[in-house]
Amino acid sequence: MPEEILLMDNITKVYANGFVANKDVTLSVRKGEIHALCGENGAGKSTLMKVLFGHESAEEGRIVLRGEEVKFANSIEAIKHGIGMVWQHFMLCPSLTVAENLVLGMEPSKGGKFGPMNINKAIQMAEEVSKKYNLIVDPRAKVEDLPVGQKQKVEILKALLRGAEILILDEPTAVLTPQETEELFVELKNLKEMGHTIIFISHHLDEVKSLCDRFTVLRLGKSVGGGEIKDVTVQDISRMMVGRDVMLKIDKTPAQPKEVVLKIRDLKYNNDEGRPIVKQFSASIRRGEIVGIAGVEGNGQREISEIVTGLIPHRNGDITVCGTDIRGMSVRQIRELGVSHISEDRMTYGCSENSSVKENIISDRYYKKENNKGIFLNNKKLDADVDQNIKDFLVKCDDRTQPVRMLSGGNMQKVVVAREFSSHPNLVIANQPTRGIDVGATEFIRRKLVELRDEGAAVLLITADLNEALELSDSLIVMYEGEIVAYFEDASQVTDFVLGEYMLGIKRMSDEEIGRVAYE
Amino acid sequence: MERVFSAIFSTSFFVSTLKLTTPILLAALGAIFTDRAGVLNLNLEGVMLAAALGGVLGSAWTGSVFVGILSAILIGMIIAAVLAYVGIYLKSNLVLAGTALNLFVTGATIFVLFIVTGEKGTSTALKSGKIPKLNIPFIKDIPVVGKLLSGHSVMTYFAFLCVFIASYLIYRTAIGLRIRAVGENPDAAESVGINVKTIKTASLLICGFFAALGGSFLSMYYVSWFQRDMTAGRGFIALAAMNLGNSTPVGTMLAALLFGASEQLGNVLQVMKVPPQIVLMIPYFVTLVGLVLYAIRRESKIKKLKANN
Repeated sequence: MPEEILLMDNITKVYANGFVANKDVTLSVRKGEIHALCGENGAGKSTLMKVLFGHESAEEGRIVLRGEEVKFANSIEAIKHGIGMVWQHFMLCPSLTVAENLVLGMEPSKGGKFGPMNINKAIQMAEEVSKKYNLIVDPRAKVEDLPVGQKQKVEILKALLRGAEILILDEPTAVLTPQETEELFVELKNLKEMGHTIIFISHHLDEVKSLCDRFTVLRLGKSVGGGEIKDVTVQDISRMMVGRDVMLKIDKTPAQPKEVVLKIRDLKYNNDEGRPIVKQFSASIRRGEIVGIAGVEGNGQREISEIVTGLIPHRNGDITVCGTDIRGMSVRQIRELGVSHISEDRMTYGCSENSSVKENIISDRYYKKENNKGIFLNNKKLDADVDQNIKDFLVKCDDRTQPVRMLSGGNMQKVVVAREFSSHPNLVIANQPTRGIDVGATEFIRRKLVELRDEGAAVLLITADLNEALELSDSLIVMYEGEIVAYFEDASQVTDFVLGEYMLGIKRMSDEEIGRVAYE
Repeated sequence: MERVFSAIFSTSFFVSTLKLTTPILLAALGAIFTDRAGVLNLNLEGVMLAAALGGVLGSAWTGSVFVGILSAILIGMIIAAVLAYVGIYLKSNLVLAGTALNLFVTGATIFVLFIVTGEKGTSTALKSGKIPKLNIPFIKDIPVVGKLLSGHSVMTYFAFLCVFIASYLIYRTAIGLRIRAVGENPDAAESVGINVKTIKTASLLICGFFAALGGSFLSMYYVSWFQRDMTAGRGFIALAAMNLGNSTPVGTMLAALLFGASEQLGNVLQVMKVPPQIVLMIPYFVTLVGLVLYAIRRESKIKKLKANN
């Protein structure tokens, strides 16, 4: 049996805000293997790698590297010990050439830092390492002109040039085309042949299956399984990753949908770099139903919620709310149509942390006529309303003047929810409404969502939490890479396992089946 | 109109333009370093003003122009170091710190001037040196060309030489590479063991060096005394020149020449009884238009990317 090169033994990492990102996680990697680290978003993969790479320090546990216990204070020490990291977001300077990026921090030059840099030597170094590992990139090219796959090669070369023996790749295929992925796999296998050890972070299980030797699965910050890849099927790993915990039960009657409130047709969206984020999205949401969008984060869900609520102006496709085309409307105009929005980004779009509970709650209504007396705010009325909201939504705070930053995460979210739900919305866009908050607040917010539905609101629920998607939704959409890949008219008939296969892109429904979500 | 054109296309217009360009060019070249390192440096004005006084005092006390310039550089770099300490190491807001330092220098220079000379306006009581002119042998005897190329101050020649020095430092040295890397992606720089704070501080000090030379030119050639507030916004014009030149040495030089020329145009038109306030707006107006065009181009590029499906 090949020797163990790296052991992360019972690692526990608790963040300053009390969030337990890793709990007794054990990862054992053998020399010369490609080891898959699998898990859903938020399962603790990145945290574990940050601990290994010296970006975070663990509260408990030890790291044993080549038989010696180590602890890195920063990434420089990790690099010196032969660990290289290829981040998902490239650590490259776009306007510099490949060679310049490679030698940055170890530039060959005569006469110190102010002396002339030997650019030819740098290019030569780049060519040598490029040839040695068969990762061919033009050292003279500017990084910004390279396609993503090439940029990734530069990242890998950067680590190799600094003597990395253990290479960590954080979801390397997330940004690649299938062809580039194939190329990368050939290169990684080649590196393995040369004796390098690779930790491959991914939730694309077919990739894991075809590339890796062994695997470790993390779920909710714990290591829940692992072993030889050849002994398991993709489904086995998927089950370990998704595996259900005790569900929070919400009582709800079957939905009684009425007329369509939100109609989206052929929505497309490209980000600033021109990458398509939403490729094709059509759906109808009716009064009195909760439509869930499940999917691994980053598959276009956030953009849809921000386009519908006006935070991103939309150009391609049609969106109507209660029959009104929202093209060109401001956020306030869209809100005036009765749209409420719980943003996944609580601290940016949800609340203003230095403002008081009252200011946060009235921020969507202070301008309205009934809340003003002439040019002054009618504070008497507003205070009474806010106090009522605080009572109704069980916000635990000293009083309405307390800054929101002093509240716990759950209570902060309740402030957001109090504002968004108390305006009697026609349409609620709830994006990760219960992320990172305690069980009590979670249950409360979920119950409120069902109440709103029963009162006749249309609810679009975007969530990465499978329990939540299954528990709350009346019907379910699954998104993968900017498209709808599955639509279940009756969410109660779906199992988490089936959902997982669609979420991970293993399966896809026919276009007709998907098209049913866009009825009139 | 004819008179205007004949004034513009004269050798003396060209010579004066170079003179007016010199301090702007030096400070703007310095600003390239901080801009490339991602440091918002509003302190050029303060560095120049302090250096202008430093130069006068240094040369008055020692009788040497060279020592005067050295003391200008020293004072300028000290001011830059203060900004680095407050803004980079103590992480206070660079805009506030830079502005505060500018205001501080305005007061402090008058205070020092008063202590030394007993006056609050100018340092004419001190006998300070003047940067010599350089007459280039042979060339100076060629008609027209001789007048154009020869007989400028040593500092003017050095300023244009500095365009190459700055290019060399930015594009050909390790420190330049690190400065560019830090400005573009500090995380990337840090991930390969570069100390981002050190590099940012270095950029401020280099900038202080160049801006101080520009400041010394004001009090040691442009006139031969220190005068309160004598920079008169040149630090900010330099910042605009750097921006308009897109942070490249040659582009910055061209922008600085444009500003120098429009300042001289103002002087010419002033003599011709055109209200100088109108004319003095030209460089700023040009900057504004330039920045707007630049922004429009960038925005439309993003729009195009978004529309491509």
